Amino acid sequence: MSLITVRNVEKIYRMDGVEVHALRGISLAIEPGEFVAIMGPSGSGKSTCMNILGCLDRPTAGTYLLDGTDVTTLGDEALARLRNRRLGFVFQSYNLLPRTPAIENVELPLVYAGAVDRRARARAALDSVGLGARAGHLPTQLSGGEQQRVAIARALVNSPAIILADEPTGNLDSSTAGEIMGLLDRLSQQGITIILVTHEADIAAHARRHVLFRDGRIVSDEPARSRTVVAQGPAQR
Amino acid sequence: MTLGASFRIALRAMAANPLRSLLTALGVIIGVGAVIAMVAIGQGARRAVTDQVQALGSNLLTVFAGQAQIARIVRGDAVQTLNIEDAEEIQKAVSGVTGISAEYSRQAQVVFRAENVISQISGVTPQFQEVRNFRPARGEFFTEAEMRSRAKVAVVGKTVADRLFPDTEPIGQRIKIRGITFTVIGVMEEKGATSFTDRDDIVFVPLTTAQRRLFGVTHVRTIHVQVASAQEMPAAQEALTELLRQRHRLAPHQDDDFTVRSQADILQTFTSVSQTMTVLLGGIAAVSLIVGGIGIMNIMLVSVTERTREIGIRMAVGARRRDIMLQFLVESVALSVGGGLIGIGVGVLGSRLITRFAGWSTLLSLQAVLLAFAFAVAVGVFFGLYPAQRAARLDPIVALRHE
Ligand SMILES: Nc1ncnc2c1ncn2[C@@H]1O[C@H](COP(=O)(O)OP(=O)(O)O)[C@@H](O)[C@H]1O
Ligand SMILES: [Mg+2]
Repeated sequence: MSLITVRNVEKIYRMDGVEVHALRGISLAIEPGEFVAIMGPSGSGKSTCMNILGCLDRPTAGTYLLDGTDVTTLGDEALARLRNRRLGFVFQSYNLLPRTPAIENVELPLVYAGAVDRRARARAALDSVGLGARAGHLPTQLSGGEQQRVAIARALVNSPAIILADEPTGNLDSSTAGEIMGLLDRLSQQGITIILVTHEADIAAHARRHVLFRDGRIVSDEPARSRTVVAQGPAQR
Repeated sequence: MTLGASFRIALRAMAANPLRSLLTALGVIIGVGAVIAMVAIGQGARRAVTDQVQALGSNLLTVFAGQAQIARIVRGDAVQTLNIEDAEEIQKAVSGVTGISAEYSRQAQVVFRAENVISQISGVTPQFQEVRNFRPARGEFFTEAEMRSRAKVAVVGKTVADRLFPDTEPIGQRIKIRGITFTVIGVMEEKGATSFTDRDDIVFVPLTTAQRRLFGVTHVRTIHVQVASAQEMPAAQEALTELLRQRHRLAPHQDDDFTVRSQADILQTFTSVSQTMTVLLGGIAAVSLIVGGIGIMNIMLVSVTERTREIGIRMAVGARRRDIMLQFLVESVALSVGGGLIGIGVGVLGSRLITRFAGWSTLLSLQAVLLAFAFAVAVGVFFGLYPAQRAARLDPIVALRHE
């Protein structure tokens, strides 16, 4: 059984009587440990798909099985629990809580999980992204790349099965982007399933499978062709 | 999420904007402070009256001339139905009576050399001392003999003594009341002032002197009757009423031309008046608490809008709707509790200042403090509920996209 099974998922936004078909029936299966890049032009439905995969949004039609469970039938509370325990998000704009030290941002999922050893686990996660020394710093005291590393630490602190990253390097320069991708590579090697949205080919090259979106449909889904070329990271560029 | 975690989030949110938090809580601060201070004023007035009535002496019946209305005692000489013979007869004929004090009092000017004061001139009998439990501190009171001879002697209250004789020995001095010269033979002990009257602003002269020499009357205004014990009070009151009706030749269909009140009656009247006043003042103050609650609701709604993105982030990492609800509810309650605590300080301080500068006696009651505080907490919960619900109902995606 696949970790993720999406069948004929549609998403229609209705605004003031106007219908926008963001997803027009997509089907997708992702196995545990995969590193998938979702690509496609702007407005093709990538973020919409990520939000549904991340249990932040519900499809208008179709089914989504996560660990074999039909997520579309779950209530808000169960979805919150899934987001908390099984999923980790990395956003383009970092989305750290303002005026809150890095360590407490990382702790946040543990707070809602009711974990007891929060501080220690948050510190370990911060250490693993190389920011152990910046634990007390506020988001405004950190560079973009550092903020994104804090966000990654927050995404992995609850040991999720899947990390969903929607254009995580979109706001970063290429060398910083390389560091972030290095982190994701490492997480992938540890066995975490990673789904990444990007429209940059060299970022997508870190993944082993490329899914291409266009107009709310998947137009191609194939293994990455030349992984070895970029596997060593941005240092080659 | 635990309550402790919610509380820390709330404190951080409040600390991020301390001035705004303070202004938001101001309504509750003023509300709680006002409730506490208003109730303290009401209770203080009540205690002042209680003290005053109890200071009259124990087991006392007071007979007023005329039909007194509730809480209003007929003043002046319009009703002249009581006289000293009534008093003497009560002492003789009513069983259980241990003492009587007939009184005729009026305001008059008292002059000593260049000094003069307007004070209450009280014509009383020597028995006054025992019946009213009020005695000279120095010198002496007048005697039965002086009473019979309409002696021109006076015993002054502490306030009068201080004003007229700031640096001379009062005893032996000659003072003039309505042009008549009196010799000061004593200074009364200090009774202290209440909210309403200064009980030391008084000059005592023999009743007969007051009636005949000073004011030219033959009646008295009040007769205080001391009864041996509390148990004998009702019987004494009944017998006394019957006696006076007979003496005044009242037919059965006629109303009494006098009023008998026990201390309990007087206390009850004033207590119910001050109770009403306390409730009224407290009620008005409570309205300001509700206004304070609306202030909290307003700012919490603003806060939910401002922090929509934060709410989205929290939901994305696993906050349930009730976690968000709790967070904002705790914040509004923290505001109202903080306001309530400061309000208690303001109320206590305010009561002190009122006593100090306005001279009103105030009495802080723990009940009022607790009630005001509990009300503040309730206001925080009630007015925090709607904003918290609004926060909890946000859609995670919409919240995350919020700018
Ligand atoms: N909340 C929304 N309301 C209305 N339309 C939306 C909303 N979110 C996305 N869309 C529309 O859905 C389509 C897909 O958007 P999105 O998934 O964000 O694309 P991508 O991430 O690939 O750029 C776009 O046409 C976009 O305008
Ligand atoms: Mg997008």
